[in-house]
Amino acid sequence: MDVLATALPALGDAFGMILQPHVMGYLVLGVLMGLCIGVFPGLGGIAGLSLLLPFMFGMEPLTGLALMVGMVAVVPTSDTFSSVLMGIPGSSASQATVLDGFPMAKRGQAARALSAAFASSLFGGLLGAAFLSVFILIARPIVLLFQTPELLMITIFGLSMVGILAGRVAIKGIAAAGLGLLIGTIGQGSSAGALRMSTFDMPYLMDGLKLVIVGLSIFAIPEIVALLRQDKAISDRRTIGGGWLLGIKDWWTNIWLSARCSLIGVMVGVIPGLGGSVVDWIAYGHTVQTAKDKSQFGNGDVRGVIGPESSNNAKEGGGLVPTLLFGIPGSGSMAIFISGIALLGTGNIEVGPSMLKNNLDFTYAIVWLLALANVVGTLVCIAASGGIARLTNIRFALLAPFLFMIIAFAAFQSRQSIMDLVALFGIGFLGIMLRRFDWSRPAFLIGFVLASPAERYTNQAYQIAASRFRRSFEDGIDYIFSPIVIVLIIITIISVYVGLKNAKNIMAEGDVNAGSKRAPLLFLLVITAYVAFAYVNASLIPDYARMDRVFPVFVATVTLVCLAILLVQMRFLPDTHSLFADREAQDADINTHGLWSTLAWFGGLLLGTAIVGFILALAVFLVGFIRYRAQKSWVYAVAYGAAGIVFICAMAWSLNRDFPPGLLQQFVRLPWPLA
Amino acid sequence: MTLISFMRAGAIGAAALGATTALADAHRLDLSGETVEWIIPFSETGGSARWANFYAPLLSEALPGNPTVVVKFMPGAGSTTGANHFQGLSYEDGTTLFGSSGSTQFPYLLGDPRVRYEYGDWPVVLASGTGGVAYLPPAMAEAYAADPTALNDENFIYGAQSATGLDLVPLLAWEMLGLNVEPVFGIEGRGDGRLMFERGEANIDYQTSSSYLSGVAPLVEAGTATPWFSFGALDGDGNIVRDPTFPDMPSFKEVCEASPVCETSGTTWDAWKAFFVAGFPAQKMVFLANGAPEEAVATFTEAFASIKDRPDYAEISEAALGLYPQLTGAGAERAKSDATSVPDEARAFVREWLQDSYGIVLE
Repeated sequence: MDVLATALPALGDAFGMILQPHVMGYLVLGVLMGLCIGVFPGLGGIAGLSLLLPFMFGMEPLTGLALMVGMVAVVPTSDTFSSVLMGIPGSSASQATVLDGFPMAKRGQAARALSAAFASSLFGGLLGAAFLSVFILIARPIVLLFQTPELLMITIFGLSMVGILAGRVAIKGIAAAGLGLLIGTIGQGSSAGALRMSTFDMPYLMDGLKLVIVGLSIFAIPEIVALLRQDKAISDRRTIGGGWLLGIKDWWTNIWLSARCSLIGVMVGVIPGLGGSVVDWIAYGHTVQTAKDKSQFGNGDVRGVIGPESSNNAKEGGGLVPTLLFGIPGSGSMAIFISGIALLGTGNIEVGPSMLKNNLDFTYAIVWLLALANVVGTLVCIAASGGIARLTNIRFALLAPFLFMIIAFAAFQSRQSIMDLVALFGIGFLGIMLRRFDWSRPAFLIGFVLASPAERYTNQAYQIAASRFRRSFEDGIDYIFSPIVIVLIIITIISVYVGLKNAKNIMAEGDVNAGSKRAPLLFLLVITAYVAFAYVNASLIPDYARMDRVFPVFVATVTLVCLAILLVQMRFLPDTHSLFADREAQDADINTHGLWSTLAWFGGLLLGTAIVGFILALAVFLVGFIRYRAQKSWVYAVAYGAAGIVFICAMAWSLNRDFPPGLLQQFVRLPWPLA
Repeated sequence: MTLISFMRAGAIGAAALGATTALADAHRLDLSGETVEWIIPFSETGGSARWANFYAPLLSEALPGNPTVVVKFMPGAGSTTGANHFQGLSYEDGTTLFGSSGSTQFPYLLGDPRVRYEYGDWPVVLASGTGGVAYLPPAMAEAYAADPTALNDENFIYGAQSATGLDLVPLLAWEMLGLNVEPVFGIEGRGDGRLMFERGEANIDYQTSSSYLSGVAPLVEAGTATPWFSFGALDGDGNIVRDPTFPDMPSFKEVCEASPVCETSGTTWDAWKAFFVAGFPAQKMVFLANGAPEEAVATFTEAFASIKDRPDYAEISEAALGLYPQLTGAGAERAKSDATSVPDEARAFVREWLQDSYGIVLE
């Protein structure tokens, strides 16, 4: 009752604060700006908020908050566009949406998928806010219960989603996840700073690869290349009229699923340290596990859109808890949000433990601004979805250069080094091969995302537990096997069991026929060679840094065992077995262009960038691609190129970003944007 | 003082004043229409980002011609990537700034192989200080207060980022006090260390001053943490005194003096003090590129000085920066030389200590 007595007046104050015309105006402005940035894959809250920061200084706190919250809240809604329409995860929050959303778009149901996604987003956002209004008052002690062993178990639970997404050959899926984990360990170890698969002479790899690059490489590049080779529109059917009403109906039929996934989103978001990058996979896994008919997942089951989309907006609300209550940002955009708040007004809103006591009204204002921003964002997105969905009917050769330009630009934001583009291209090639041979890309990505928390929490829990055991045996056991850990272990076991039982039926990426033995075997051998090399590389880490050695060596060992089993199976199984899945053989009839000639275009852009810098290379690429690959007239091609260059320059200029320079720029002084 | 010498001094003073004013009129950059890029070698999410985001709009207002000031983040390799990049630039038109932090200074001082930058090349235009506070769970603080050797058998756990970063200052301090502290590496920011303390997994921690005020002070109020000592601050003669932000807290020097195992002289103390001075009283500095002319240095120095003179400065800076000196001109020069040079013995001691305690070899 005590809690309610303080909460209700504050809640009332909060509504009084936000329901003012100028506050609402700034909220809508923030939402619109967020939408403009969020629809482009790879650009999200961090880019948007950086754009706003210079204006936050001394701004009236409420209007500043409205602007920032509007911007943050709409990103997980708007990124759905590229996930569904192009098969490109717009941000890490909507990776799982791609699995079913994109096949729906291919079938001409883009509008339906989008509106189901938006309805789920809206519902998730609102439910999340309602849950938070109560939960935020009692959250502090609960969040503190999640110590390192609990965090480790949640990470392992996230990894167990690999079981669902492993594909038809479970071991192959586990090996894919192992490969993702190993690639996630590249760089300096977090414990002792030992280098894995990198050297001091190659500073780029020392910090490891960034999620935005790996996410885009694994999903976007293979999809763009595959569509280009078929040279048609994404959807070969006309959009079915009124599809968007159908989508809302779909959501309504699955409202309980949506509610459950929203709660998953809030709860995972609340726990500091995990970030939101796996929440959509956990929601997807939950959706599949609880569905009766699982046969359509991966081929465009609308529930596969509703689940992740309900969770990713709710997660934003959950992420506010560690941000506001502990002053610890749950994600990159939340970190900028904190520094933005410090600039507001006279800087008297202090994010952290005193927030609830001193600024409960502001806390509620933020929570409900978030909810309102979801409403506004959803309405705008639904209004726009009909028109934007028509993009899927455009011939893809005309869309691809533009998409590639955006993706390259987004990747370059990660470290502002040309190596960003090399990494995009290199991992992208791996993605193409994973797709071709039907190695589970979701499993790979889950492995990659969880590599760093899994290693960190393992090492930390081990170290702290060892110290507790030195004190007394009970202390140690109590620490490791808390009630929460035990519950999580049980959930994980159930999830793995259900997952593996059903994995054969769930083809997260559709069915792939088998081809010959040779190509899949060659790919397996290349992967094995990499994993073996990573094993040797890690095992050479000296003893004083053994904490940085244990995890990669363990993962590489498990992966090598899986790969060895696969090799033996390949020896004995007939070449019609799904182990030899090869999309190249399956799609031979519909591919009008070769893989290498298509890749050469992108390779050319990369090479050109290294020589003359991004903008000059891009101009040549855009015009050349449209003229020769898409076979349009010179006039058309030049106009397209000019429009592309103007667009990307405007975007870079407003975000204050530069473009990768090449060799030329080392010798010749050129004005922006060429330099 | 005779009348003549008094008048002479006055005349020189007036002439000097006149000269400076004339200089100010004639030789200042005009940055109208320009964009000043402020490189921060960390990600958008750290303390340096907060510091730069605070100053950027103020700097834009204070610089002649009101250029746009944008903060450009260039993270990587513990800030050495961005610093190496800046080293590669030479002065052009005063539109590039660099913001370094303790994590940029320490690898430089320790001879980290990744360092390809030289602080001597860069003119400094602002030095921002901070302090640090160590704190304990209340029961342990009580036990320590009763007997400074009471905790020598305790297994302490400390959430740490990197032994070659700022963490080496508290780690060395605790070791000097005879405590057995095991650093658990791999946290991503000091906030995570505080969270670990709040969860009861870590039982010793430190925070920089502003984070202490926002994050730990409420815990102290709630009775779940007790402040132990501040690292202290430097007085005009370079002595460690109580931190003016925390006048009621003993400085590390006082705590060390009261402990039977800790000494405030000798190699260990000198090494600790040298690295404390490099890491805290001048933790963050703003530099111009190699080869910047006098007028550019003067322009930016004056701009930062005028920011400090704003009537609302104390109010707006408290939350973002804490109550610490923001030095310009000669003060910044001195802070820079303190922060970027340590005696050879101190460097040798710390390198050896890092190797013995954590197996870290820097070569």
